Amino acid sequence: MDKRIFPMLGGLLVLLLAGCGRGQQQEGRFTGSVHIDGSSTVYPLTEAVAEEFMKQYPGVRVTVGISGTGGGFSKFVRKETDINDASRPIRPIEDSLARQNGVEYIELPVAYDGIAVVVNPRNDWVECLTVEELRRIWEPNSTIMRWNQVRPSFPDRPLNLYGAGTDSGTYDYFTAAIVGEEHASRSDFTASEDDNVLVQGVSGDPNALGFIPLAYYEENKDKLRAVAIDDGNPENGEGCIQPSPETVNNGTYQPLSRPIFIYVSVERANDPAVEAFVEFYLQHAAELAPEVGYVPLTAEAYELALERFRNRVTGSIFGGEGSQVGVRVVDLLRLERQSTEGTEE
Amino acid sequence: MTEVQQAVAARFDLRLERRRRLGQILAVVLFFSTLFGLLVLTSLMVDVVRKGVPWLDWQFLTSYPSRNPEAAGIKSAIVGSFWLMLLTALFSVPIGVGAAIYLEEYAPRGWFLRLIQLNIANLAGIPSVIYGILGLGLFVRFFALGRSLLAGALTMSLLVLPIIVISTQEALRAVPQGIRESAYALGATRWQVVSNHLLPIAAPGILTGIILALSRAVGETAPLVMIGALTFIAFLPESLLDPFTVLPIQIFNWTARPQEAFRGLAAAAIIVLMMFLFLMNLSAILLRNYYERHRPH
Repeated sequence: MDKRIFPMLGGLLVLLLAGCGRGQQQEGRFTGSVHIDGSSTVYPLTEAVAEEFMKQYPGVRVTVGISGTGGGFSKFVRKETDINDASRPIRPIEDSLARQNGVEYIELPVAYDGIAVVVNPRNDWVECLTVEELRRIWEPNSTIMRWNQVRPSFPDRPLNLYGAGTDSGTYDYFTAAIVGEEHASRSDFTASEDDNVLVQGVSGDPNALGFIPLAYYEENKDKLRAVAIDDGNPENGEGCIQPSPETVNNGTYQPLSRPIFIYVSVERANDPAVEAFVEFYLQHAAELAPEVGYVPLTAEAYELALERFRNRVTGSIFGGEGSQVGVRVVDLLRLERQSTEGTEE
Repeated sequence: MTEVQQAVAARFDLRLERRRRLGQILAVVLFFSTLFGLLVLTSLMVDVVRKGVPWLDWQFLTSYPSRNPEAAGIKSAIVGSFWLMLLTALFSVPIGVGAAIYLEEYAPRGWFLRLIQLNIANLAGIPSVIYGILGLGLFVRFFALGRSLLAGALTMSLLVLPIIVISTQEALRAVPQGIRESAYALGATRWQVVSNHLLPIAAPGILTGIILALSRAVGETAPLVMIGALTFIAFLPESLLDPFTVLPIQIFNWTARPQEAFRGLAAAAIIVLMMFLFLMNLSAILLRNYYERHRPH
């Protein structure tokens, strides 16, 4: 209420309209606001949670913005937001900025996202690619320009590459998983921050090979064909694995499954509105994630995350090293709990 | 006639012929470029209307954004756009028109005035995202207004000020010099000349400029993305310091979603934005016609 220094001309009318919703407060015992910004990948999930949360807590005003994982972190470390949506773990430089500004954060995984490698439906030669083949295609200064250079049995056709823009978390994770180094790849590919543009590009080019978030493949199965991925590691599924919510969830679609996160400011987590929102998020993400095209974590992972939040465990389970490939969030959370229990007792 | 003169005359005839032909070719080229522009515009409009109309209903206009396309709407975006336009007008019109009156009618001619003029013309050409960065540094952070309606409106005011100044100056310049001279001759003060004669005569031009500038503010996305206008807002702003969203940002967000239905929603929101802009431009034309018929002189 302290912010209402300048009541607007139409404030009265607005209040009257808003008043309709205010009457029916069941759980909305408190008022407040939750400011969220960050990744466009995490946005649909956070939006869904915010929508449901505000139905139950009409007194709390939740706002969600999109400025990318990095753009969001730069606001988060300046205390301009309470929660940051992130499609990759925090980077060392962002972590040190947070320290400098005295911002402590709690890192919470909220769902899995897969990255699908896709080709045109008219492409009848490729069913499966190994991680090694993908690496040779995508590594910096790659000389592969034609399909038969990938595998001699493929036809002698040009290879046209499409991928997420270099500012996106999708690009960061794909390069970390395939090239082995985050943010490093050849630069002669058609890049777009808008994944729908990539869908259009690949669906119109029989020689195309591209990578897009799984949700975009699931919505465009009539226009695209997904390539199965073989990571050469029989421990998480033998041979070629097709991307799907099931294979992402059971950990066999590797290495192109990644966790997505929210980062909560510790200082703001003690605000009842923010606290209630984060708890609500972890309790409802499992049911809301599939609705917006993401794969939920296991029930255990959500419980561990909730515990992590309630105990206000700060820092990154990834040690602030950026994207890590092929790790299961639940293992990291379990590991961490064991180690903290060990030191406390 | 010497040989040289003959040669020059012959070449002159030849060139005349060539120039005529060039003129004809150019006319055809220009006709096709007009046609091309119209075709692109029409096909875009047809596409948007075809996709958007099924989504356009009362529920769409009066609901907040939602993950469920059937329930999603643009209430907060319409209200946000409306307030942003109103506040931008409130800040930029008095300052812009005032500055133009000073520059045209009061300021002493000289190198300093020319320097200012040059800068204003340059400012009008700066990409809008730069204003967003300025707004983020100045209003959001330095003045600590946060990502509020006020910060957004102030940023937009900076963006449209040069346009308003320039169009107002041009409108004032179009007033016949004789009117100023007659008024001064009758002993009117400078302010009387401006307020009783120049402004009423220049009003149609000034108003057109203002409305076109505000139309630009309503359609802009980049500066607001920069200062961090938000995407999901399920409440209406109650004060100048409340967060907000606007139509272009909502459209931008929906077009990037994987589900086809959101593209339909984006198209419907584009139709609403186009209607909004169409009404503004229409009112600019009507106002101009009205003032032209009721000219004081």
